[in-house]
Amino acid sequence: MIRLLDWLDSRTGIRRLTHEALLENIPGGARWRYIWGSALTFCLFVQFTTGAFLWTAYSPGSLTAWESVYYIQNEMAGGWFLRGLHHFTAQVMVVLLVLHLMQVVIDGAYKAPREVNFWFGLGLLLLTLGMALTGYLLPWDQKGYWATKVATNIAVVTPVFGEQIQRLIVGGPGYGNLTLTRFFALHAGFLPAGIVLLLVGHIALFRRHGITSRTPHRKPDAPFWPDQVLMDAVASLAVLATVVFLTLAFHGAELGAPADPSEPYPAARPEWYFLFLFQFLKYFPGHTEVWGAIVLPTLGILILAAMPLIGRWRLGHFFNLAFLGALGIGAALLTWQARHQDQMDPTYLAARAQAERDAHRAAELAQAGGGIPAAGAVTLLREDPLTQGPRLFSKNCASCHRYGGHDGLGNPVAEAPSAPDLKDFGSRAWLAGLLDPARVDGPGYYGGTRFAEGKMVKFVKQKVARYTPEQRANLWKVIQAVSAEAAFPAQAAADQQAAKDIEEGRILARTEFNCTDCHAFRKPDEDATGPDLTGWGSRDWIIGIISDPTHARFYGKKNDRMPSFQTSGQLDLHAISMLADWLRGDWYGATHSAVLVTAP
Amino acid sequence: MSDVHDPTGEPRRSFLTKVAAALIGGVVSAVPIVAGLFVWFDPLRRRSGGGDAGFSRIASLASLPKNGTPRKFTVYADHRDAWTKSPAVPVGAVYLRRTGERSVEALQTLCPHAGCFVDYRPEARDFLCPCHNSTFALDGAVNDPKSPSPRPMDTLSVELRGEEVWVRFENFQAGQREKRVVT
Repeated sequence: MIRLLDWLDSRTGIRRLTHEALLENIPGGARWRYIWGSALTFCLFVQFTTGAFLWTAYSPGSLTAWESVYYIQNEMAGGWFLRGLHHFTAQVMVVLLVLHLMQVVIDGAYKAPREVNFWFGLGLLLLTLGMALTGYLLPWDQKGYWATKVATNIAVVTPVFGEQIQRLIVGGPGYGNLTLTRFFALHAGFLPAGIVLLLVGHIALFRRHGITSRTPHRKPDAPFWPDQVLMDAVASLAVLATVVFLTLAFHGAELGAPADPSEPYPAARPEWYFLFLFQFLKYFPGHTEVWGAIVLPTLGILILAAMPLIGRWRLGHFFNLAFLGALGIGAALLTWQARHQDQMDPTYLAARAQAERDAHRAAELAQAGGGIPAAGAVTLLREDPLTQGPRLFSKNCASCHRYGGHDGLGNPVAEAPSAPDLKDFGSRAWLAGLLDPARVDGPGYYGGTRFAEGKMVKFVKQKVARYTPEQRANLWKVIQAVSAEAAFPAQAAADQQAAKDIEEGRILARTEFNCTDCHAFRKPDEDATGPDLTGWGSRDWIIGIISDPTHARFYGKKNDRMPSFQTSGQLDLHAISMLADWLRGDWYGATHSAVLVTAP
Repeated sequence: MSDVHDPTGEPRRSFLTKVAAALIGGVVSAVPIVAGLFVWFDPLRRRSGGGDAGFSRIASLASLPKNGTPRKFTVYADHRDAWTKSPAVPVGAVYLRRTGERSVEALQTLCPHAGCFVDYRPEARDFLCPCHNSTFALDGAVNDPKSPSPRPMDTLSVELRGEEVWVRFENFQAGQREKRVVT
C-alpha cells in the first residue's frame, strides 16, 4: 500500500497536493464563522450528484418532460427522495449564498487584495440564480411553465435587442421542445461549467490570499485539518439534515399538473427567492417596466460589483453596509408583501387549490391507465370529465343551474338559482325530488323557471299530493323505470335488482299515471309536448339537450332561457360530452352518492 | 507543517477530531450518492409489463404459402416504454412458416447471438444474420458449425384460432445457450 502510494506520489505529487489542501494555516485556529464556503461547496456537490442521477431519467421535450419527472417522482423507487434532495438543496443554497455574501461584506473581506475573488463570488451567485431559474421550468408543469413564461416575456423589454434575446432564450417564437432543450443545456451544461470554472478560481484566489481572519486571535494558528474540517463537516451535516427534513416533510418536490397552454394558471409565481423581483415589478406599470425589470436590478448588481472600489473611500465601507442592508430589508419586505397579497387574494387561493387537485388527478390518471399516452399527460386531464366537467359547468351553466348548491367547482353563487340543481340528475333521488309536491316548484327544481306554474308542476302539486299509499308505491315503480333510462353507472346494480319493478313501472307510466299524455316514452310520439322520456338522463340524452334544448325531442318552442350550446357554437361536442360524463358520474374513481333502493 | 500534531498537545482529542471529521464528511457525501444510485438501479427492480403474456393475432392462415416458405409479419401489441403507454403498436416481427395443412411454426426474427435482425434468403431458402454471418435452416437450426450463435433461432408458441394465426410474442435473452424470456 505504502509502495503504491509512493509510486503514485512520484508520478503525480499527490502527497504535496493533499498536504497543501489539508494543512493550510488558519490564523487564530478553526472557527465556526469560516464554514460558509465549505457548506456551499457541499451544496454544489449534492446538486451535481443528484442532478446527474436525475439526468439519467429526465427527458427534455414538451411531450416527455412532465412525463419523465412524473415517472421519477411516482414510479421509480426513491425517485421522489432524490428529486426532493435536489430541489431543497437549491433552496438552502440560495439562503447560504446570501449569508455568505453578507458575511463577506460585513467583514470587509472584499477589500484589497481580494477584489477579484469578490467578483468571482458574485459571478457564482448569479450563475446559481440562473440554475434556479432554468431548473424551475424543466418539470414542464403549470407553475414552471407560466412563471418562466412571464420571466422570459420580461426579456422583451430589454432595449434594442429585446425580441431577439427572448427568441434566443426560448428557442423560437413560442414555448416548446426547443425551450426545454435549451434550458436543459443551460441548466446541466453551460451554467454548471461556468460554476466549476469560477469556483476553481474562487478557491485558488482564496488560498492565495488566505482567510480573512477575525482579530483578535483567541487561539494560536492551526492547520485546516482536522479542526476546521470537522466544523465544515458538521455544517454540511446540518445542511443535509435540513434538506432531508424538508424532503420528508413535503414528500419531495412538488410536481404540478402538466403544462397546458390552453389552461390559464393565475397562481403562477416564481420561486420564493425571486418573489421580491416579481413584487418589485408591480410598481412599474406600462412602459416603465424596463426600469423595474432590467435597469434597476442591473444597477443593483453593478453597485454590488463596485463594492471593492467603493470600499476604498473613507466612508465607502459604511455605504456598502448600508446598501446591502437596504437591499436585504427591501427584498424581505417585498417578499412579505407578495406573500401577503396572495394570501388575501381569493382568486389566487382558488387557483392554488385547483392546481393541487389537477396535479393530484394527473398523477392518479397516469397511474390508473398504466402509463401516459404518447400525446402527453396533458391529454389525460383534457379527456377527464372530473377535471373538465366542473370548469365547463361553472363557466357555462352555473349562472342559472347549481350543482349540489354550488357552481360545480365548490364556490357558492350569490344569486338565487333560476334553473334546476343538476347534481345526480337522472338518478332515482333526483326524480323523486321532482315528483315531490314540496320541492317541484322550489329552487332545486322548477322554482326559478317559466315552468314554475306549468303542467308538470300542477300535476305534481295537485295530483301527486293526493296520492294514496298504494298509488305512491306505484309511482316509485315509475320513478325506477324512468331513472333506469339513464343507465346511470352508479345505479347499475340497483336497476338490475329492480328489473320487475321497472317492467311494471314502464306500463304504469302509460296507464295509471298518463305520463305519455305529454311525454314520449319508449315509443316515438309526434304529439308529445314535454321532453322525451326515452333514454331520459342517458349520456346521449344529456348531450342532446345541452346541444339544442329547442329540439322537438326536448322543450321545442317552449324552451325557457337555455342556450343551444352546440348549434350556437358556444361549446363543441367534446366539451358537451365532458359535461354529460361528469354529470352522470362517469369518470375514473367516481364515488357516488347513495343510491335510493326504496321509495323516499 | 508536514506533521499533524495538535499544537495544544492533546493527541487523543486530535485523533477523535480526525475520526469524527472523516466519518461525518463521509456520511454526508454518501447520502446523495446512495440516493442517486438507488434510483439508478431501478431498472433491475422492474419487470416489463408489456402485452407479451398473451397471444397476438398475426395473420390469416391463407396468407402463408403452402410450400413452406417463411413470411415475415409485424407484431402489434400494447407497449409500455417507461412512462409512455402505446396501444397496438409494432413491437417486433416474426417469421411464420406452414409446416402442414393446419400447422404453423413461428420464429423470432432476432438472432440469438447478439440480437441482430435475421434476414430470410429466398434463393438459399435459409436465414442469414447480417451481423456475424450466422445461417439458420428453415426450422431455425444452426446451419454452420462455426456460427457464433449459441442456440437455434427462438421458436414462439402458435395457436390456430379458426383461420387465424395467433402467436405468443416474447423476446429472449441473447448470447446465452439456454432460451430465457426477457421479462
